[in-house]
Amino acid sequence: MDVVDQAFKEFTVFSISNSTKILPAFAILCAVGLPAMDAVAASEVNIYSYRQEFLIRPFLDRFTKDTGIAVNVVYAKKGILQRLKQEGANTPADVVLTAGFSRLKALQEAGLLQAVDSTALKANIPAKYRDPKDEWFGLTLRGRIIAYSKARVPAGAIQTYEDLVDPKWKGKICVRTGSHYYNRALVASMVAAHGEAKAEEWVRGLVKNFARKPQGNDRAQAKAVYEGVCDIAVMNTYYFGKMKFNKKNPEQRDWAAGLQILFPNQGDRGAHVNVSGAGVVKHAKNRANAVRLLAFLSDGFAQKMYAANNYEYPVKAGVGWSPEVKSWGDFKADDLALVELFRLGPTAQRVIDRADWR
Amino acid sequence: MSAGDIVSVPGALRRIRFEPWSIGTVLLGCVLVSPVVAIIGLAFLPTENIWPHLFSTVLGRYVSNTLLLMLGVGVGVIFGGVCTAWITTMCRFPGRRFFEWALLVPMAMPAYVIAYAYTDLLEYAGPIQKTLRGIFGWQSAQDYWFPDIRTIGGAIVMMSLVLYPYVYLLSRAGFLSQSASVLEASRLLGHGPWQTFRKVALPLARPAIAVGVALALMETLNDFGTTDYFAVQTFTVGIYNTWLGMNSLPGAAQLSTVLLIFVLVLVGIERAGRRRQRYHETTGRHAALPGYRLTGVRAAAAIVICGIPLVFGFIVPAWVLGGYAVANYETTLNGNFVALVGNSVLLSLGAACLALLIALFLNYGARLSGSTTVKTASRFASIGYAMPGAVLAVGVVMPVAWFDTGISAATSAVFGVSSGLIFSGTIAALLFAYVVRFMAVSHGAIEAGLSRITPSMEDAARNLGATAIAALRRVHIPMIRSSALTAVLLVFVETMKELPMTLLLRPFNFNTLATFAYQYAGDEQIEEAALAALAIVFTGLGPVLLLSLAIRRSRPEPGKK
Repeated sequence: MDVVDQAFKEFTVFSISNSTKILPAFAILCAVGLPAMDAVAASEVNIYSYRQEFLIRPFLDRFTKDTGIAVNVVYAKKGILQRLKQEGANTPADVVLTAGFSRLKALQEAGLLQAVDSTALKANIPAKYRDPKDEWFGLTLRGRIIAYSKARVPAGAIQTYEDLVDPKWKGKICVRTGSHYYNRALVASMVAAHGEAKAEEWVRGLVKNFARKPQGNDRAQAKAVYEGVCDIAVMNTYYFGKMKFNKKNPEQRDWAAGLQILFPNQGDRGAHVNVSGAGVVKHAKNRANAVRLLAFLSDGFAQKMYAANNYEYPVKAGVGWSPEVKSWGDFKADDLALVELFRLGPTAQRVIDRADWR
Repeated sequence: MSAGDIVSVPGALRRIRFEPWSIGTVLLGCVLVSPVVAIIGLAFLPTENIWPHLFSTVLGRYVSNTLLLMLGVGVGVIFGGVCTAWITTMCRFPGRRFFEWALLVPMAMPAYVIAYAYTDLLEYAGPIQKTLRGIFGWQSAQDYWFPDIRTIGGAIVMMSLVLYPYVYLLSRAGFLSQSASVLEASRLLGHGPWQTFRKVALPLARPAIAVGVALALMETLNDFGTTDYFAVQTFTVGIYNTWLGMNSLPGAAQLSTVLLIFVLVLVGIERAGRRRQRYHETTGRHAALPGYRLTGVRAAAAIVICGIPLVFGFIVPAWVLGGYAVANYETTLNGNFVALVGNSVLLSLGAACLALLIALFLNYGARLSGSTTVKTASRFASIGYAMPGAVLAVGVVMPVAWFDTGISAATSAVFGVSSGLIFSGTIAALLFAYVVRFMAVSHGAIEAGLSRITPSMEDAARNLGATAIAALRRVHIPMIRSSALTAVLLVFVETMKELPMTLLLRPFNFNTLATFAYQYAGDEQIEEAALAALAIVFTGLGPVLLLSLAIRRSRPEPGKK
């Protein structure tokens, strides 16, 4: 109880002297916190990341090894945009990494990114995956695919997202919640392709075919097919890769083994894809390092690593896909402009709410 | 409730005699309420009107799910918490001393972690269903019925299991501080144990129980991890969908403000319900409580009642996590385990002590001053708990950044050099956030403690020449010791588990056990981070043990005067 007694004593000291002493005490506390930030290497780059740190750490470590530039990261799922905005010109952040396109575009709309005129970035990233004004850059692609039970669904029975609403699949489909941003973006692509009313009709049809209340992440849907709860699942490509080649949890390989994956709509607009990406912060203090990091992430080595470690598709053309990613075959991606996906996001959320895709 | 509500402050104290207390209370209250005010401010920013859409689609479901969840968890924690507190305080049975502290342990389990553990255990591919299929020869999910854990009922059970310790802890403190003579009087008047419990002990402990239930329900309202995993669409899920799905932070702020008003109304109703009642103890004499000695079937029943929450709230999930931890310990150890534990413990300890000091200051300030402004400031200082964590994190970012920008502008103007960011992205900002968030916890505990001290105690102290501070130090603090310990324990454990604010506000390259575990848990790979998740629980165990020992020492054991 020493700690508590001590706390009581300190409290008494505080109050006897003067309550305003709390402020200097707070300042001392901060001073203790500050040197930790100054202590990092002079050559550094600071990242605010919407992408989970353990996914990107291997890349960042390699970057540090190659360039001697230290990389500091704060990862958060929500609120990075607001933190950046409030910190304004004083922000320590140089780069923002996002897991999907909508956050990236939201950062640009809020005026928090700056243009980067880099020949390396332009050479690495195809024009459709970067901003015409050079403020945001796509780094990897993920396809939203359909996976079905090899045993229970005949090959070729499903070709498109639109096929999923066929009443013959009633009680057969598993998918995560509608307002997850993967599904929201998928619905946005449906709105772009067919208009809001038709997209809503599609969602209603999909909901009618659900085997169970949407729950769990993409991996959980594969597991449900394995368990026989449903026959068809919608998931991102890399989830399939992470199960199929899982070294640590062999049972996940079984989940993937019974699944056939399908890139939908190859006969028309192509499969829906989303990008992870990055941008340089408007008030970046280490701008040169930030640009260097982006160039590194969009270049051969890192792009290959995305495919090999995370089973994502490189944006850079000509980069060898990892054997695993290659094994799924080439596919046609929906060429819908990424900005359209962002613009239609709120509409998609409304459609999802109205059609009751929980 | 604030002391002022139910304490008629004697005339001598009504005048604000110790100005720094009043001014300090108001200032501190304003600082602590600033993040919430910032969010309310955001709600007034021009934005598309989200309400017609929400009204016509999902709002009804959000509200009904939320109310159902609160009702279920409310009943769960009152039943689990009050029963076990009464039994361990008033009954003598084998294992009582063990249960006294062990019943607190589930509190250290983050709700979403036990949700993952139970899902793995109970789902189709889990060991229980597998065994059942093996025994009965069922082939598929269609052959039998098994309760689905990913439902609102499942969420109620999960949250009740980890939140009942709030009610247990506070009502136990309430029961322990009751005067033996009151309970004896009840017995002399012919009341049996049940009647004494219902007519005397329960009403007397009501302020403490109310605080415990309020804390548990606010945790329930703010939960995102469990409800998201179980796909139960609550109001909080709606706030996040509006913010990120519809790209409308002002809309989310409006929803959060509605949630805040709802909480304030609930708290107000509870207060109004006992406005006319006073709960002072007439004596502080801590004679031993009259214990009911249980034997045979009754003792066994007591053991079962206390054992159930412990088994399901701690032992089962810890066993599941333990299995994962053995298989996946490298992930956590490679993540620099010692630093993770160190960061978590230091932050939590700092937040707990800071919150205690501020809660004491605010409560005593309100008690000393008769002024409504001071009392209001003291009470409003603790409303940070009524907002979802991630929203409040944005609320904290704003005043902290304003302060930094203000100082930076001033130094630029005067010295020509910007001071840059002073608080943003530092441990200090994190500590501030924790205090804002968990002030309700320590404030509530201290308030409940102080409300039991009759004003005649301080009248006597002051008549004997003691200053306000001396009275606090020599009269109040010793009398509310167990409440203060409770406050420290609760904030410590809460900070260990806290996630959304830690994620957003932390410095670069800074991880705690909670943020580390979340990297994997957020991707539904809890097994990878099982060791970190277990470490959160076991680190919480230390203070739980120490403090429950101290609480027990706060009054003599029966038979040992």
